[in-house]
Amino acid sequence: MTAVEFLMLTKGPLFQAALAVFALGVLVRLVEILALGRAHNYAAPRGSAALGGLRTMYKRFEPDPGTFKAAPFDVVVGMVWHIGFIVALLLFIPHVELIKSTFGIAWPALPNPVVDAITAITILGLLAALVHRLAHPVKRFLSTPEDYLIWGVTFLVMITGYLAYHRLINPYPLALGIHILAAEIFLVVLPFTKLTHMFTAFVARYYNGATFGRKGVQS
Amino acid sequence: MTEAVLTPGADLPESSGTTQAAGGFSLARGLNALREEMDAPVASFFSSCVHCGLCATACPFFVETGDPKYTPIHKLEPMRILWEQEFTFWGKLKGVLREKLPLDKLGLDKHFAGKQVTDEMLAEWEPLLYDSCTMCGRCSMVCPVGNDIQYMIRKAREGQVASGHSPEGLVAASVRAVNTGSPMGLKWKTLDVQIRHVEQSTGLEVPIDKQGADYLVLLSSMEIINFPEYLEALTKIFAHAGVSWTLSQQCFEATNAGIQIGSKDIAAVLVQRVVDAAEALDVKNVISPECGHAYTAIRWEGPNAIKRAYPFKVFHIIEVLDQLRADGRIKTEGREDDRLSLHDPCNLARKSGVIQQQRNLMDLVAENFVDLKEHGKMQWCCGAGGGVSSNERAEALKLAAFKKKKAQIEEVEPDRMVTMCATCRTQLEEGLEEFTMDIPVIGLTELIADHLVESDEGTHA
Repeated sequence: MTAVEFLMLTKGPLFQAALAVFALGVLVRLVEILALGRAHNYAAPRGSAALGGLRTMYKRFEPDPGTFKAAPFDVVVGMVWHIGFIVALLLFIPHVELIKSTFGIAWPALPNPVVDAITAITILGLLAALVHRLAHPVKRFLSTPEDYLIWGVTFLVMITGYLAYHRLINPYPLALGIHILAAEIFLVVLPFTKLTHMFTAFVARYYNGATFGRKGVQS
Repeated sequence: MTEAVLTPGADLPESSGTTQAAGGFSLARGLNALREEMDAPVASFFSSCVHCGLCATACPFFVETGDPKYTPIHKLEPMRILWEQEFTFWGKLKGVLREKLPLDKLGLDKHFAGKQVTDEMLAEWEPLLYDSCTMCGRCSMVCPVGNDIQYMIRKAREGQVASGHSPEGLVAASVRAVNTGSPMGLKWKTLDVQIRHVEQSTGLEVPIDKQGADYLVLLSSMEIINFPEYLEALTKIFAHAGVSWTLSQQCFEATNAGIQIGSKDIAAVLVQRVVDAAEALDVKNVISPECGHAYTAIRWEGPNAIKRAYPFKVFHIIEVLDQLRADGRIKTEGREDDRLSLHDPCNLARKSGVIQQQRNLMDLVAENFVDLKEHGKMQWCCGAGGGVSSNERAEALKLAAFKKKKAQIEEVEPDRMVTMCATCRTQLEEGLEEFTMDIPVIGLTELIADHLVESDEGTHA
């Protein structure tokens, strides 16, 4: 198989298959969560559950000051690489093109040098997060192989993208093919791991905010 | 059904393969109880946890011990394992693969075996779920993915009770509550003596079993024993404001050991007594005393425990006092001039939204009030709630967790602390004494009563 054939494979059937596993997998995960439902609540509410839920979906992007003081590294590094990942995913010109050709929707992209710099920062952030996970007593205690696996597949997408963009792997079709394959691995692994938090965290935040909101507390 | 709930070998039928099939408690019953507790929020929480460990920074038990095993989400590991195995597609698939594939021959069985929830595991987790957690809910406020960890701890305790892995102290308190009406075994006789004292010292009547009163007043046993001044203060304030109220001989206890230990059955029995008493006297409102968990128990969990809405409203005494203040029915004179600070009970503030009311009341009677830095919905627990204070085994941890509160108090250097929960107050008093800090602790209701304008005239709205 030539590099170009490899690229065509990753762009074609493998991409379709990965997207299918991702979409179906996420759907199954969300359905199996929501289908469990909640018991009816007979207590007279003090505030609005729905409003509280919606606000908490957003509010948890802002760490409370006490948490920031207790764990500034977690907060800063976590935010930096999450934002970097999303920017690289959604605002890099070729990605916008891909989304346009796949789903028919498009939005403005950022200039390449900007995305490049953000990608570099994100890669450093991910490395810092890994070192922290290995070094911090609580994180190391909690961590399971799955935590390292999802770090690995996330890092792989970022680093292969960076290497391809800078032509550090040759020939280019091979570099691009490797990056696309890494993205496909990410998509396939996602529904089976806690990478689903990308979607389920919003469900979790809603329920959290709704429980507190009903009692008149904005969580 | 009283003792049935906590006594081995009692009525509930249970067949399937259990490890302690002869007893009323078994692993199978524990697992079933946990299965019943799984709902959409729980599934979304477990699906979302990325092991960031930030919940640890919110937990006084971790912060003051530094032991990673006290990380809040870790306390739910047995429940998480069961969820993953039985409530996720992937977990179920792994289960099928384990059964169908010759994994042992391929040497892969290790990788697919997964952890099982065993009796030993539930026993190991008992101190994590009870001794080192007050269900204060602070972790639920900081989790970046939004996990309501406290909500799950409450549920996980159901599995502990059903499997026979809950602390002796709490079991004993629950049995006493069910059998005698009070977790401390207190009888009406004792309260009656106290009522006579209050009537003598105030010259006021303490109404008992008054049909159709506006408010049924409940008390907590700890309050009756440790803080008799509460009933006296309340009697004075209500006479002053012209409130129609009553105690009930049928039920005076507000606390609910069932909710602390984690038994829906016991919780329902105890809540039903309150509801029966309120309905028998046909009152419009029920007042929960200066006790945090009693309020969440009656106000929020109670209707769900008995599976119907109440025909009356439930208030914490502080809510009632603040309403009386707002209506101009409380007239006070003079203000405390020493430096006073406030401890918000978790159950009242973070878990029930009563935050501004106590501050309004402080403004009424305190010249020099200073809030602790993190207060209200972000306050730190005193370390004694959620059943920890009834669990003798947790004594050392309870004191360790208090150190966070102590540090908060030291930051603002008050002359006295004010609170509105008998458990918090006892913990603050004991903790401050342990560290030889000379800071008296008072109840807010008493503080208000101390400043009532003597004459009754013109106080009726």
